[in-house]
Amino acid sequence: MSIIKPAPAAARSDHPAAVQHPGGKGRGPAKKHLGIHLFLIVMAAMWLVPLAWTIFTSLRPKADTDKYGYFSLGGSFNFDNFTEAWTRGGFAQYAWNSALITIPSVILILFFASMMAFAVSRVAWKFNVTLLIMFTAGNLLPPQVLAAPLFQMFKQLELPYSVSDSGNLLNTYISVIAVDTAFQIGFVTFVLSNYMKALSPELTEAALVDGAGIWRQYWEIILPLCRPALAAMGTLQVIFIYNDFFWPLLFIQSGDRLPLTTAVNNLQGQFLSDYNLIAAGAMITAIPALIIYLLLQRHFVAGLTLGSSKG
Amino acid sequence: MSTASDTTTAGARGARGAPARRVRRLSGRDKWVLGFMVGVPTLIQLVLVWIPTLLSAALSFTRWNGLSLSDIKGAGLANYQFIANDYPPFWPAVQHNVLWLVFLALVATPLGLLLAILLDQNIRGSKIYQSIFFTPVMLSLALIGVIWQLFYNRDSGLLNFLLGTAGTPQAVDWFGDSSVNIWAALLAATWRHAGYVMILYLAGLKGVDPTLREAAQIDGANAVQTFFRVIFPAMRPVNVIIIVITVIESLRAFDIVYVINRGTNGLELISALVIQNLVGEGQVIGVGSALAVILLVISLVPITFYLSRAFGKDKEA
Repeated sequence: MSIIKPAPAAARSDHPAAVQHPGGKGRGPAKKHLGIHLFLIVMAAMWLVPLAWTIFTSLRPKADTDKYGYFSLGGSFNFDNFTEAWTRGGFAQYAWNSALITIPSVILILFFASMMAFAVSRVAWKFNVTLLIMFTAGNLLPPQVLAAPLFQMFKQLELPYSVSDSGNLLNTYISVIAVDTAFQIGFVTFVLSNYMKALSPELTEAALVDGAGIWRQYWEIILPLCRPALAAMGTLQVIFIYNDFFWPLLFIQSGDRLPLTTAVNNLQGQFLSDYNLIAAGAMITAIPALIIYLLLQRHFVAGLTLGSSKG
Repeated sequence: MSTASDTTTAGARGARGAPARRVRRLSGRDKWVLGFMVGVPTLIQLVLVWIPTLLSAALSFTRWNGLSLSDIKGAGLANYQFIANDYPPFWPAVQHNVLWLVFLALVATPLGLLLAILLDQNIRGSKIYQSIFFTPVMLSLALIGVIWQLFYNRDSGLLNFLLGTAGTPQAVDWFGDSSVNIWAALLAATWRHAGYVMILYLAGLKGVDPTLREAAQIDGANAVQTFFRVIFPAMRPVNVIIIVITVIESLRAFDIVYVINRGTNGLELISALVIQNLVGEGQVIGVGSALAVILLVISLVPITFYLSRAFGKDKEA
C-alpha cells in the first residue's frame, strides 16, 4: 500500500502555500524566473477569463448590455440579476435540496467508511484485502454502468404514497443519498484505511489490555486520532456530492426537487437567452463551492492529495 | 475473551494468512460488533454498486421496455450486434472517447505537470497562481458547461468578440457547431483537469527526496535531464494515479456534454449514449445496458491496472 504517503505527514503539509521545495536554493538566474513569471501571468489571466466574464455579465442589467453590447463597459453594475435569478429561478429551493442531499450523505459516508476502514486495517482477518479491493474498485466505475438496474430497482420497489408521491423510491432524496453514499464509501474507506494503518498498533494494544472491546477501540481511540483525515475527507465529500450532477438527473423527476448543480442545467431554458440572468444563476451555483474552498482550502487539498486515488 | 478465533488485531498485517505477531482473541460481543461494522457498509456496497453492475451485464442480453419484470425477454447477442452494425452514434462516440483521452493525456495532463514544475520553484506569488489554477477544480463539470457557454456563445460570447467575428457571418457557434464543439468542450474540460493534475504533482514533487536532485546536479545533469531522468521517475506513485485519473475521467466524461446538448450533434460519448437509451422515448434498456457493459469492460483496464499497483505490494510483502 505504498501508493499514498503515510497519511499523517500528508495531512499536515498539503496546504498549497506549503508547497515549496525543501532544498530551495535559487535555481537558475533571475532572467529565467522572469520568463516563468511571464508565462504564469499569461496562463493565469487565461484561466481567470471564463469566471471573470461570468461575474462581469452577471453584474450588468440586461437593458445595459442590450444597449451597449455584451462586450462593453457602459451602464451600471449591481446585484439585481442575482436577486432576480434567486427568486425567479427558485434557487432557494434548489439550495435547500442541495443541503438535504449533501449533509446526510457526507455524515453517512464518514460513518460507514470509518467503520469499514477500521475493520480492514486494524483487525486482521481473512477477507479484509479482498473487501478493500472491492470497495476501491466500486468507486472507480463509471456511474453510467450501473444506472439502468439502479433506476429499475428504485422503480420496482413499491412504497406507500404517504412516504413517496411516486409510489416508489424514484423522485426521492433518499435514492440520491443512498447511491451517493454507496459510491463514495469505497473511496473514503480506502483513504481512511491507509491512514489507520499508519497509526501504531500499540495504540489499541494498550486499550486491549484494559479490556476495551472493538467498538471502544474504534470510537474512543482510533476515530479521534483520525480527525485530520476525517476533516479532509468530509470537506472533499461535501464538494463531490454538492457537485454531483448525474444521480439527481437520473432519479429525480420533479424539477423543484433538484439540487443546485443539476438544476443549473435548466437555466438556459428557464431564462431563455437572458445571459445576464444565466450568469447570475451560474455564479449562485458556484458560490457555495467557492466559499467552502476559501474556508477549508487546507482540508480540501489535503483530501485530494491524501486520497489521490479518486477517479 | 473465550471464543477461540484466529482473528487478530495488528497494524498493517494483511490477510495473507501468515501468523500475525500478536494473536488476540475476540469476545463474542466483539465479533457481533465487527460483523456490524463490516456487514452494513458491505451490504450497501453490494446492493447499490456491485449487484446493479452484474444486473447490467444480465440485462444487456435481453429485450425489455422497463415496465413489468415479466416482460423481460432473452435476446442473446442481438443488442451488441445492433450497436456494432446498426446504431449510427456508436462509432462516433468511441472516436470521441478516444479523442477525449488523447487530449487529456497529451494536452491537459502535461499542462498541469508543467504548471506544477514551475510553481514548485521558489517563485513569488506561487500561492496566488496555485489558487487561480485550482479554482475550476471546485466547480462541477455541469456548471463549467454553463459558464463556458457564456464564453463560447455565438452572438454574445466573449470569444467571438475577441476574435472580432461577433455579429458577422463568420462567427462560430462553438458549442453548437458539430465540427468544432468537441474541441470547445475539451478546452473547458482542460480548464478543470490541468488544475487537478497540478495539485497532485505539486504534492508529488514535494515528496521527492531533495538529495536526489542535488546528486544529479553534482553529476552534471542540467535541469531538464534532472527532471526527466531523476525527479519524474521518482514520482512513480503519483504518475500511476495521474494515468488512472486521466483514463477514468475520459471514460466517465458525461456532465459537460449533457449540459451542452445532451451528448448529441458532435458530442456523442459512450456514457451519454447509455443514458439516451435508458430515459426518454423508446427506453431500450437492453441496448443501454449493452453500451454500459462495453463501458464497463473498457473501464476494467485502468481499474485493474490501478488495483494491481495499489494492492500488489501488500501481497508480496
